[in-house]
Amino acid sequence: MSAITNVSRRGFITGLAGAGALVLSARYIPQPLWAEENNLVGALGKSVLHPDIFLGIETDGTVHIVAHRSEMGTTTRTSLPMVAADELDADWKRVKIEQAIGDPKYGDQSTDGSYSIRAFYDAMRQTGATARTMLVQAAAAQWKVPVSECKANLHTVVHTPSGRKLGYGELATAASKLPVPKKADLQFKNKSEWRYIGKGTKSFDINNVVNGTAIFGMDAKTDGMVYASIEHSPVIGGKLKSYDDKAPLQVAGVRQTVIIDPFKPPAVFKPLGGVAVIADNTWAAFQGRKKLNAVWDSGPNASFNSDDYKKELQQTARQKGDLVRSEGDAESIFAKGGDVVEADYYVPLLAHAPMEPMVAVADFKNGKVTTWCPTQNPQAVQETLAQELGIAKEDVTCHVTLLGGAFGRKSKPDYVAEAAVLSKKLGKPVKVVWSREDDIKFGYYNAVAAMYMKAAVDDRGKPTAWLQRSVFPPIASTFNQDAVHGEAGDLQQGWTDIPYAIPNLRVENGSAKAHVRIGWLRSVANIYHGFAVQSFSDELAHRAKRDPVEYLLDLLGPARKVDLSAHKYPNYDASTDDYPLDIGRMRQVVEMVAEKSSWGKRKLGQGSGMGIAVHRSFLTYVATVVEVNVDNSGEVTIARVDTVVDAGLVVNPEATRSQFEGAAVFGTSIVRSGEITAKNGAIEQSNFSDYPVARMNEAPRQTNVYIVDSDAPPAGVGEPGVPPFTPALCNAIFAATGTRVRELPLSRTKLGKA
Amino acid sequence: MARSAPAVIVRRGEAMIQLKVNGKSQSFQGDPDMPLLWYLRDVLGLTGTKFGCGASLCGACTVHRNGKAIRSCVTPMSTLSQAEITTIEGVGGGQLHPVQKAWVEANVPQCGYCQSGQIMQAISLLAKTPKPTDEEIDDGMQGNICRCGTYQRIRAAIKAAAGVTA
Repeated sequence: MSAITNVSRRGFITGLAGAGALVLSARYIPQPLWAEENNLVGALGKSVLHPDIFLGIETDGTVHIVAHRSEMGTTTRTSLPMVAADELDADWKRVKIEQAIGDPKYGDQSTDGSYSIRAFYDAMRQTGATARTMLVQAAAAQWKVPVSECKANLHTVVHTPSGRKLGYGELATAASKLPVPKKADLQFKNKSEWRYIGKGTKSFDINNVVNGTAIFGMDAKTDGMVYASIEHSPVIGGKLKSYDDKAPLQVAGVRQTVIIDPFKPPAVFKPLGGVAVIADNTWAAFQGRKKLNAVWDSGPNASFNSDDYKKELQQTARQKGDLVRSEGDAESIFAKGGDVVEADYYVPLLAHAPMEPMVAVADFKNGKVTTWCPTQNPQAVQETLAQELGIAKEDVTCHVTLLGGAFGRKSKPDYVAEAAVLSKKLGKPVKVVWSREDDIKFGYYNAVAAMYMKAAVDDRGKPTAWLQRSVFPPIASTFNQDAVHGEAGDLQQGWTDIPYAIPNLRVENGSAKAHVRIGWLRSVANIYHGFAVQSFSDELAHRAKRDPVEYLLDLLGPARKVDLSAHKYPNYDASTDDYPLDIGRMRQVVEMVAEKSSWGKRKLGQGSGMGIAVHRSFLTYVATVVEVNVDNSGEVTIARVDTVVDAGLVVNPEATRSQFEGAAVFGTSIVRSGEITAKNGAIEQSNFSDYPVARMNEAPRQTNVYIVDSDAPPAGVGEPGVPPFTPALCNAIFAATGTRVRELPLSRTKLGKA
Repeated sequence: MARSAPAVIVRRGEAMIQLKVNGKSQSFQGDPDMPLLWYLRDVLGLTGTKFGCGASLCGACTVHRNGKAIRSCVTPMSTLSQAEITTIEGVGGGQLHPVQKAWVEANVPQCGYCQSGQIMQAISLLAKTPKPTDEEIDDGMQGNICRCGTYQRIRAAIKAAAGVTA
């Protein structure tokens, strides 16, 4: 292999590609071509892994590690390279992280579904171990001593008997000439030797974030760029009838207006279509847009009204649906009558509302396009732009900036496609900036869902039969207009996998047609499924006059691995051998959170109460206890949150704690205020005024996160904190007030005594 | 609050406004209604100040005018004649301000997008209330939204910077 050829040909790592050939010749690029054994990515059903360019070492010892996943706040851009640095035994201070462009050779780059660490932990270790092995071999050869007498030690190789040392930089050139060792010949560090894994480090970008120099999508810039603000049809699928193409030009700084054709359904990630106002700066584009006076033919979605739609969903939820999972014979138990409990739950459409609205810069030139954008999925950007522009995927270069929040919204690159389409039309680089109003009104919303729950209980109040039925417009409808049922991927999320030891169990799903773009938002279907299952469990506990923790453990039953092989259960695309549904782990987080929160042992004042919930999502087990106080006016204060996380091996504990603290706030927003509604097809909310999200004074006062020490394979941490928080909060409100919250947001339930 | 000197109209619909940004004299010529945010970002290239809502609802655009926090997204250039504006890029005077250091120490940011505004707001709060209570921190900071939910660490960082035990 030739390091020079590899680097210059690929030229993807900016730090490396920018240097001259002389320097390049001294670089060392390991080439463990794992393409032929791509089990990791194969398990995810996605593209092939070629991680031969994940790591490079310069002669001065600088280690470059490629981050191929997007940074939206989970610290993945730091944590994955940290794993490689650990196996390399590199000094973290001498590591530079290079953000990858979109390219299938990196393997899967869809930073979504809380699987970055799970999917690439082994690959990163392998990258680091390969490089370390070659450096050690190079040192041994130079000293003419056996390899077994040499070992890596913090950016140097040491000859143990003599104490001689050589730095990684000094060895890079010689190492680059060695054959790349096979994976089977690599030796990995023992856990006791880890420097970074399990200990963690702060974000690589933290200084630039606090001093304002970090580059987010909103900050991307290229020479000759113009700014665009786009008026979309208020109703999805609407067509432009007319607009004033003169008035916007009266605004200083406005250059022209450009029509973007409406999309042909299904929506996928296509530009919505509309009228773009092109200007010299963002403000001028916004002002010009106000003068467009666009008139639309709304089309069939104008019939969408959230009040009516809610009733439809709830009616459907009360009728027999498609069978998802059945154990025993719940129906015949219900037919016998006896003590039967029913409840309906409802969760509305939710918007992501990341702090950075949708934004992208694109430059179309000579049949190729380059974009700089905050995206969770640069390969989806490549595919979408290629399709919209009629060019090859390889002719789309997607630079990934930092993401100012994403939560799933920035997996859908409709806004990037808008910038690309406009750049092609205008023949110059374009920056598309969405307003907050655009963001709230044109989301890919988390589905509105109605759940019907039914249980027959014995004399101790424990279910002998259980039926749960959910109805929601599926994500699939965004890709196929005819899709009306939840798919296995939606239903695995806290529904098919209900973990209870109930002999007669029936899980169903009813149909619902979408009228807006439905997408995935942090923890997705787990939000509404977890809310229903864990709220209903708490209802049954209180009804039976039993302690909710004791009752929950009784529902979970004995420690065991639940076999779901008879059902359509993707298990988040992970094998059930490595990641079984393990009730022992679920019980453990419940028991631990009860202990950590001093459940049943603390004296709570008037108007206070505690609630518990447990949920497994993204292969991680989480139990959460929330303590609230509700005053006479119905004002809810969230005094304390305790949450126990079993995510298997945790690479970056500090970042993980942050994720769960954040999840509690995210869940608070869902309970307190999250609701998107439509009237005559148009979204009624517009900004943080009418789509409020939790502020400091509304957030939990204190969230304590406890991480279970585990050697199980790593699982997700970005999303799994959200699903149990929401019901735990509502269960706490019940404990405090005696009022059950069955519909979100909280404003639908009267809490105050006044 | 310092009174603004009247803007000089140089062309129909345009104004010439003299101000200081991070200690440097600047003269703005353009739409007097343009909010400071877009002047900072699109004209001066100071992109540390963020756009979040455009309506003074989220605080991502917070900068200092004569040392006090303002929302740059709703502050028209016409009101800024002779104003001294400080942004996240200038607040540390070439190094990290103690509040920025406290932010690093407490590992506050997740995505980081709102944090410029949070930090500028916190510095302003501490200038007025050097030893804030929890309630004073709530009052001072509730105009700044963090969708990632870093509030607990923001509170801890403010207390650390103030030398108040958490």
